[in-house]
Order: sequence, then C-alpha cells, then structure tokens
Amino acid sequence: MERTHVLVCAGTGCSSSKSLEIVKRFEDGIMAKDLTDEVKVVKTGCFGLCQKGPIVAVYPDKIFYNTVQLTDVDEIVNEHLFKGRPVRRLEMKDIDEKTKEEIFDIEKTKFYAKQKRIALRNCGVINPEDITEYIALDGYQALGKILATYTPQQVIDEMTVSGLRGRGGGGFPTGKKWQFAANQKSAEKYVICNADEGDPGAFMDRSILEGDPHSVLEAMAIAGFAIGAHVGYVYIRAEYPIAVERLKIAIAQAEEYGLLGKDILSSGFDFVIEIRLGAGAFVCGEETALIASIEGKRGMPNVKPPFPAVKGVWGKPTIINNVETFANIPTIFRNGAEWFAKIGTPKSSGTKVFALGGKISNTGLVEVPMGTTLREVIYEIGGGCPDNKNFKAVQTGGPSGGCLTEADLDNPIDFDTLIALGSMMGSGGMIVLDEDNCMVDVARFYMDFIVDESCGKCSPCRIGTQRMLELLKDICEGRGTLDTLKQLEDMAIHVKDSSLCGLGQTAPNPVLSTLSKFHDEYMAHVVDKKCPAKVCKSLLDYTIDPTLCRKCGLCAKGCPTTAISGVLGKEPYVIDQAKCIRCGACVQNCPFGAIMRS
Amino acid sequence: MKSLEELNRIKEASLKKVTLRQDNAEYRILVGMATCGIAAGARPVMKALMSAVEKDHLPVTLQQTGCIGMCRYEPIVEVINQSGVKTTYLHVNAMKAREIVESHIKHGKILEAYTKAEGNSEE
Repeated sequence: MERTHVLVCAGTGCSSSKSLEIVKRFEDGIMAKDLTDEVKVVKTGCFGLCQKGPIVAVYPDKIFYNTVQLTDVDEIVNEHLFKGRPVRRLEMKDIDEKTKEEIFDIEKTKFYAKQKRIALRNCGVINPEDITEYIALDGYQALGKILATYTPQQVIDEMTVSGLRGRGGGGFPTGKKWQFAANQKSAEKYVICNADEGDPGAFMDRSILEGDPHSVLEAMAIAGFAIGAHVGYVYIRAEYPIAVERLKIAIAQAEEYGLLGKDILSSGFDFVIEIRLGAGAFVCGEETALIASIEGKRGMPNVKPPFPAVKGVWGKPTIINNVETFANIPTIFRNGAEWFAKIGTPKSSGTKVFALGGKISNTGLVEVPMGTTLREVIYEIGGGCPDNKNFKAVQTGGPSGGCLTEADLDNPIDFDTLIALGSMMGSGGMIVLDEDNCMVDVARFYMDFIVDESCGKCSPCRIGTQRMLELLKDICEGRGTLDTLKQLEDMAIHVKDSSLCGLGQTAPNPVLSTLSKFHDEYMAHVVDKKCPAKVCKSLLDYTIDPTLCRKCGLCAKGCPTTAISGVLGKEPYVIDQAKCIRCGACVQNCPFGAIMRS
Repeated sequence: MKSLEELNRIKEASLKKVTLRQDNAEYRILVGMATCGIAAGARPVMKALMSAVEKDHLPVTLQQTGCIGMCRYEPIVEVINQSGVKTTYLHVNAMKAREIVESHIKHGKILEAYTKAEGNSEE
C-alpha cells in the first residue's frame, strides 16, 4: 500500500492541456526517486475548476495544485513527494476578504464552499477505470440492496418520494416516468441513458461519464429492475471519445464482476447495457429522434403521444433519463429518499450541476443545491466577470432557454422559478455575458446553431428558423427596421406554437427573451444603426483621430482593402468609409491608439 | 460475483485503495523528511511505518512533512490524534517506529521514553 496518492484530472478539459503527459512525468519522476512503493499516481475525473486546469491533488495531504505545467512536475516530485514540502506557488488558494489571509483548505475556498456534490460525488476522487474503487465507496450497494429486498414497485415509490426530476432540461418527475413504463404490459422493455449532450457550452454529462461511469450503469440497472427491462442503451455522441472509452471499460468490468449480465447477484434479474454512438446531431437529444437514431433510422422526431413509456425503441415501452439524473439515483437508494427530498427546494429536490462558461472567472463545473441563487453561483462560486467588466446577462438552457439579467440574480435556481423568469433550467449550461457581448448577436448565434441543427422534418422549424436568422442578420448588419422587429417577434411566436418537437418549440426562446429584456439594444440596432456593445461590425465606424495620429502609416500598410490613405510623416491618415470592411486590423496595428471605434 | 456478501468483501478489500483520500483517520503520523530527516534515516522509518500500518489496516494517514526545525533530533515522527494533540518522537529508527505503532496507535499508550532527547540518541 502507498502512503500518498497523486490524483491527476484526466477529463477532456485537463487532457487537452497535457494532463496525460503530466501523469507520465509524475510516474517517471517517482520511479527516479525510488518512490514507487510509496506514491501512486491515479488518473481521475473532473474536479470542476476547469479554468485552472490541469489540476493535481495530493492525498492524504489534501493539497490541490492548479495550472500545473509539465515543467512543474519535477518540482512537485522533488519537494513535495520526496521531501514533504508542498509547492506553495502552485497551490490553489483564496484570499479571505476579512482577514486577508490565504485560504489553502480547498473546501473553504469560495469555489467549493457552497457546492454540494452528489452527482459529481466520485469525480476527482476515484479512478473511473477501476471498478473496485467505485465499489470501495459504496458502489453497487444500492443495486445489491434493491435486488435483495425491494419489489419493483417499492423502487418506483422511493423514486417518487425523493422528488427527483429529470436533469436533461424538462424537469419531468423521474418516479412518474418509471411508473408509466412499469404499468405497460410487455415482455420487452428498454432503459435508455440520454448522453447526447448538445447545448453549446454544456459538459456536465460528459464529465460524469468520464469521472464516474459506474454510477450511471448502476442506476440504469436499478431502472431496468423497476420497470421490468433487461436491456439498456447509452446513447452517446461519438465526439466524446474519452467518455465512450471509459464507458466501454466500465461495462466490461461490471460484466466481469457479475454486476451486469445474467442473474445479477443471484437475484434472477438479467440486465445488459450497450453503447449506441450518435453522430452529434442536436435533435437526437429529443427522445423520439433519439429512439429513431438507435433503431438505425434517420434521427428525426415523431409526434407524441404515444410517449416512449408506451411505445419507445423497437415499439416497446422505454424510459429515457439523462446522465445526471441517473448519477443521482444510487445515492438516493443508499441514503434514503427522504434524505434526498430534504436537499434543495420542496418542488425541486436535490442538486443541479452547472457548466459555467463565457465571461466568468472560474470556468468549470459546479454542483449546488437547488434554491441557491444565481448571484451565489455567478459571483461567489464563479468569481464574477473577469477584468472588472460589468455583468450583463446569463444565458441558461442553451438554444432552448433564455437570458436572465442583473434584476433576476437574487432568485433561487429551481425548475419553476427559471421558467417564471422567462428562461429554463435546461441541461445546465450557464453562459455568462458581459458588457462586451451584444444581445442581438447572441440571439443570432443561437439561431445560427438551430438552423444548422433543425432536422427539416416540419416546416415551421425548417423554414421559420431560417427566416428568423435572416431577420437577425438584417438587424446585425444595419438593414433592420421597426418592421423587422415586428416580423421577428411574429415569426418567433409562430415557430414556437407550430413546430413538431421540442427543438423547434423552444428554438425562438433566445430571441423572445432578448427581445423582451434587451429591447433597447434591438432599438439601437434598427433605429440608431449602432451596436452599443460594439460587436456588430457593419454598425461600427472606424475613424482616425488626427491629433493622435503620428503619420507612421502602419495602419495603411496592414489594411486589406487599401481603405486608408495619407502621406508618410506629413499628413494624418484617413479611412475611406466606402472601402472599409470593418475588420479592425488597423486598430491592432496602430501603436498610438489613434483609431476609434464608434 | 454471486452475492451481496461477495460485493461487501470486494468493498472491504478495496477500501484501502481509497481511504487515503477520505477524511476519517483516527491518527495522523508525520515523518520529518527534509534533507536533515532523510540524511538521518527517515526513509526506513517511513517504510517501516507504512508496512506496520498496512499489515493491520490501521486507521492512520501517513504523511511526510518538511523540516520540523529540530534537525539534531531527526528522524522525528509526530503522532496527532483526532483532537489535534501532538506527540513528538525523536531519534526514531525502523524498530522504534514499529514499537510506536504497536503501543501508541494500537493501544493508545504513548512511549514517553522516545519523546525525550536525553538517553535516547542513536549512540
């Protein structure tokens, strides 16, 4: 047994900043110091603070190193692992606002203090590729207990009492969903894990599968027992290669240990899990399209009802739950439904994982009890907007959600409050926007995404979103009028009301929410032909301030359209507005800050 | 695996893989392992402690630490209980380390003789 464990994040974020090479370097360094009997290096899942990756944690000292570079590894090995002196300069720390003292205890730092990790409980703690580490931390105990002592109905009742609601975005009560499927008389039923995480900026599900795949497998087996299914599918996008790989390893290990397969723990219950890879189409996160894709058909939605619980994959009763929903389930059965129901708010129990991104100091993955305010998440955990910029809005719910403003920040986060505020929980993407973001441009970005991702089956979504995108481009490029705004809003309402599936029905949300909350910005674009955030290029004017111009000619040299003229050393340079394409190259080239954007 | 008992056996056997990362040890043992400690022979002490703790699955986290500041008393081993009371053992060697585990950790009996500098040197 070793005395020290070095845990290195091997999730997608840290891997992309060379964490796997860091693991190798640690192993080499430990070998060179002859510490192999004493120190073990473990690849683990996401710690959450992706902004400061790669993260390396040393136990039992509980020292968290951040932004570790390859060149730092030797110092950690020599100083900390060999001589027992932590390398202070690499340690994650916070400053106590009152005493001005440095806080090194990770649980007391602002980023972690308000978090409660249930779905992420094992991420950054265990090696996801070793089933025994999961078992050591009570893994598969819930399944074991259920198979030995529960009836399927008791499982469903416990789910209902827990109050767990679907974490994929809809917030449908999980117990109810299972009950519908259990009530169907059919010898063949299916459990699907929806891991087709498609919202731009969302990476909760990926991190759970990368960091703790067994929790999802265990929960799927529990779901299978509850509804009477013997086959489960994990539908995951192929663009998550690390998650797919770890799932494959996890399934193989669970089968080897007899925790999946025939006659699990001598209970007579059979359950197998297969992986189905998706090609990364956003619409396949919609359950009927997902089912079509699993069946080998083109990923397109169908009219509901019949709901999947009645007629799902291969025409058989099917439940589809999201990755994060599943990840909560083993804990609920170990600690009791009442324990879970007490966390969070009465109508939204438990916690929610959010992927914080955009203009925020601590980009990363956070898990907080429901009912935490947006302000706590964005300012205390997230650290607010970087570079002292002013917060403008937070976009939740991805392309189906909306924007919330400063005025909304003191509201508690739960399914119903966010809908009442004109946005939605969604799967948990939280993109923070600051004063430099143009809200019309944000709406255009999401609409661009939707136009790409619309499957084309129904005309409101296929044609309506295309028209909306054209209108948004008109506004961004200075061709918009008050009429354009009216048309945009009308079209948004029509698309929302008449689309076939959730994708189209929610696609206009970013437009409607920005139209109502940032009407002034739209007006500035169409009436004054100005973009207040200075993002929309066509609405910007570049001019050279003759008093600041030193007549060096660098701007003219770098101008791709020869729009700038002047006489070197003699006359100040001038921009020909007709030729200017507003690329901004001159601003970057001018050493004297003489070029103005307005 | 065919039963819940078997699952529990695997759990027990695997627990030592992860307890290190949990906060539930009854004792913390620190070994001074700066240059002075290593030169005085702290590494065999650490190895002896590791194998003694492992042999009986004792609820102990074993950590190395930097220079404690009393280099002439190295190798130094500190034992800290859950309420933070610290016992400092001086001039420890592998044999003494095993005795400390046997007496202090297993039976709660502090080995007073090894905590004093006088009459407890290597010579």
